[in-house]
Amino acid sequence: MSIRNFIPTATIDQTGIEERVARLNSRSIKKESKVFALKMALNMIDLTTLEGKDTPGKVKQMCYKAMHPHDALPGIPTVAAVCVYPTFVALAKKELGNSGVKVASVATAFPAGQSSRDIKLRDTKIAVDAGADEIDMVISRGKFLAGEYAFVYDEIAAIKEACKSSRLKVILETGELSTLDNVRLASEIAMQAGADFIKTSTGKIQPAATAPVTLVMLEAIRDYYYETGRMVGMKPAGGISTAKAALQNLVMVKETLGATWLSNLWFRFGASSLANDVLMQLAKEAEGRYQSGDYFSKD
Amino acid sequence: MERIEVLKTYKLYIGGQFPRTESGRYYALTNKQGATIANVCLASRKDFRNAVVAARGAFAGWSSRSGYNRSQILYRIAEMMEGRKQQLVDELLLQGISKSSATKQVETGIDHWVYFAGWCDKYQQVFSAVNPVQSSHFNFSVPEPTGVVVAIASQDSPLVSVIDLIAAAIAGGNTIIVLASSKYPLCAITLGEIIATSDVSGGVVNILTGKPEELLGQFASHMDVNALVLPEIANDLLTKAKLEGANNVKRVHHYKNTNWERGDFLQPYPIMDLQEIKTTWHPIEQIGSSGSKY
Repeated sequence: MSIRNFIPTATIDQTGIEERVARLNSRSIKKESKVFALKMALNMIDLTTLEGKDTPGKVKQMCYKAMHPHDALPGIPTVAAVCVYPTFVALAKKELGNSGVKVASVATAFPAGQSSRDIKLRDTKIAVDAGADEIDMVISRGKFLAGEYAFVYDEIAAIKEACKSSRLKVILETGELSTLDNVRLASEIAMQAGADFIKTSTGKIQPAATAPVTLVMLEAIRDYYYETGRMVGMKPAGGISTAKAALQNLVMVKETLGATWLSNLWFRFGASSLANDVLMQLAKEAEGRYQSGDYFSKD
Repeated sequence: MERIEVLKTYKLYIGGQFPRTESGRYYALTNKQGATIANVCLASRKDFRNAVVAARGAFAGWSSRSGYNRSQILYRIAEMMEGRKQQLVDELLLQGISKSSATKQVETGIDHWVYFAGWCDKYQQVFSAVNPVQSSHFNFSVPEPTGVVVAIASQDSPLVSVIDLIAAAIAGGNTIIVLASSKYPLCAITLGEIIATSDVSGGVVNILTGKPEELLGQFASHMDVNALVLPEIANDLLTKAKLEGANNVKRVHHYKNTNWERGDFLQPYPIMDLQEIKTTWHPIEQIGSSGSKY
């Protein structure tokens, strides 16, 4: 791995990636396996609200939903975490108590990341001090595209240090990186700099977590693991709103990284509307009727 | 050299697109002489579910258009249909309907669009009310569309019943999925093409071809369907549909002995059958001797 020179280690075969994705997407998962996978997917969701209009009330509501996704159905797990702005971390922490649901906070001038190192570090510190279990940072895409890889690397490493014991997710914002080669390189830089998770997108830019991008990142994680023995997590975020897409992601993880990664310790979905679609599918499997959004809480 | 005629593939109309059935199943439509005239999609429950998703997605946009705008769009459908009259007549002839009846059916259908276009911004006034109440409230009731409607067209009225069922639902701001007559399915799909080019957004109208007995159970049990319109269904099936539909309190309507071509459906009541009445209690000042002041 020649990351020290910041030279991409592999050139991505885009057609090959798309073919592989198409083949994996054709897997059929039904009945008990489907229920098992749906519950697993639900348990991997980072329930997210990152809007300018977020209020304490909205965050409280979402925390309740995180702990009680749909009480009408027995045996439903909680989601993995809630993901909020730093200002809401303390509140979310209090609401979630000892439910086991983690609090993730975006930081480093999310979503654009166009700010000074000082402010980004301070932003991270505020979130960590407020009790965030996980920090979702954005990389400086402008610097990356300008070829200043060392800058990007140093920044991630600095934020990692500021995270103390909180786990660091590094958002590559793949929708702005143009090519799969760039996605691969950014993944390697992030992992080398100490990322605990690499994450596709902020959710503010389209396209977000497309299947080819996710597969490239999963392969980067696999190669990094073979090289160093360190496990890095993956979080596709934005654009995954159907249970079907979630199951296809799980298939990709299983086939690329193996069953060890099939836990919310190593794989997450960043989504807000996915949870309800998964719940609707679970209700369908339980009751035999196709469901309506009218019977599931919106937030 | 003789030219080989290009035959049309009759597909479904779902979410503004014309997909083949995902099941890959079809049935051969034959004329009286037993010759195959077309292969027709046998829609599966998956096609139906896709249509429900499309119809639900289109509901917010369609129901929030002004009645006046919906009226313009329904009138536009009539205009488009007038231009494709000959094609519809030819299809009815191909399916073995007599020439005079075919022309009559197409012309009647066009007129029915115009009729329902007229109601789009008027049924609200006719059926709304200001209600007298014994408290200081301004109390009024207005009809609002119920949501996603599923209808099964009449077997023997291949065009006019389809138009009446669609028009009554969408004039009132609902979105609809219609199962065409399995005996005469061709012009329903052509109607879909007409609707697709008439400023009706994708998903507002969805047209399936297939077997009612195969799909009715799915229609009745889907929780995201708000109303069923089953004009000609047998009583035992109707009871079943009502029982299953009760899970989400579906409206189930049955119109016995309707003569579509005669214009039996040309009333505002089929529109109202797919509306919910919303009553608002709006607080006002104390009502004095001179009456309320709102």
